[in-house]
Amino acid sequence: MASKELNSSDYIEHHLQNLTFGKCSDGKWRFADGHLNLKENSAHQEHKEYTCEVKEMGFNAIHVDTMFMSLLLGGVVAFFFWSIAKKATAKKPSKLQNVFEYIFDFVRKQVNDTFEPKNNKIIGPLALTTVSWVLVMNLMDLLPVDLFPWIFNGFQSSTEHGPVHFFKVLPVADINAPVGMALGVAVLIHYYSIRNKGLGGFISELTLQPLGKWAIPFNMLVEIPGFYAKQAALALRLYGNLFAGEMIFILIALLYGSMFDSISGAMWGVLGVFLHLVWAIFHLLIIALQAYVFMILTVVFLNQAHQTEH
Amino acid sequence: MEELRFIAGALMVGLGAIGGAIGVGVAYSKYLEGIARQPELQGYLLGQFFIGMALIDALPIISLAFGLIFLFT
Repeated sequence: MASKELNSSDYIEHHLQNLTFGKCSDGKWRFADGHLNLKENSAHQEHKEYTCEVKEMGFNAIHVDTMFMSLLLGGVVAFFFWSIAKKATAKKPSKLQNVFEYIFDFVRKQVNDTFEPKNNKIIGPLALTTVSWVLVMNLMDLLPVDLFPWIFNGFQSSTEHGPVHFFKVLPVADINAPVGMALGVAVLIHYYSIRNKGLGGFISELTLQPLGKWAIPFNMLVEIPGFYAKQAALALRLYGNLFAGEMIFILIALLYGSMFDSISGAMWGVLGVFLHLVWAIFHLLIIALQAYVFMILTVVFLNQAHQTEH
Repeated sequence: MEELRFIAGALMVGLGAIGGAIGVGVAYSKYLEGIARQPELQGYLLGQFFIGMALIDALPIISLAFGLIFLFT
């Protein structure tokens, strides 16, 4: 796929680059240079007086591919659950309805086993949304790494300049998506902690344990990093697992580089197919497990936020 | 100095793998002990083991991911 003058490091860097929309040096919002070329006006491009590099944008950058894929997949999941729920029947359930009922029952059993307070209406829908959304986003990892960049780039190799030069199909391999979800969970943890324990109870839980009130600095040193490390690790765990998996898929995809050039290239290509198969089978376990762990940890953390006595 | 990043990446991948391997090994041996004591709990223990394994695996995997960034970009 990759053209001759590119080396492997360029190929990997290209696949780690998000399609970025952000604030350029003249203060207007545009796609970064070279990321999106829908119109062929190269003469105009050369005479522009602003620069639009990803590095200059800083905080004012939006990863369009991550937003697009995650919202699209969230919409697909929500639409499927909605349409199945609307057509649900007890007399003659369709196969699809059975699948969704199985997911629903599984999540309900897990939540009932782990979550002790019974008056919380948000935890069930939250757990179901998290597990199904994260699972579907993780499943994008199994698509070939060059497929979506190739399609969006007008059916040509994505390392050549086309309409959409960069496109990362896996939202969770961009750290912003897991951190965003973990931030949502963190907001809920703070909200329920303060609502159930009171502001004083919440603060005293972080400051008066484990050594009592004469060791408040030490207690804070122990408790506050522990409290926030849990929530940061929730995001980093998902990101790290999926990013490492995606990285290994990309590394294996390098073996296809000279598949149609020579005999030895073709043999490397065959080895690449075999390695992709093995890693994809192993990675299926990680994909499902990480979605499940993200859901169960969300439920566990919110359960801790509800427990009034320690 | 530029070449030092290869050593850094290799250390990140390798040291992370050591810790993760010890952790998963301990967890799996305890899981086997648990089945030997109470074989009827095997399904339940397997689920618990997988949760624990995912938690143990997280740090080595994060270290692997950043090590791979060091090595290949």
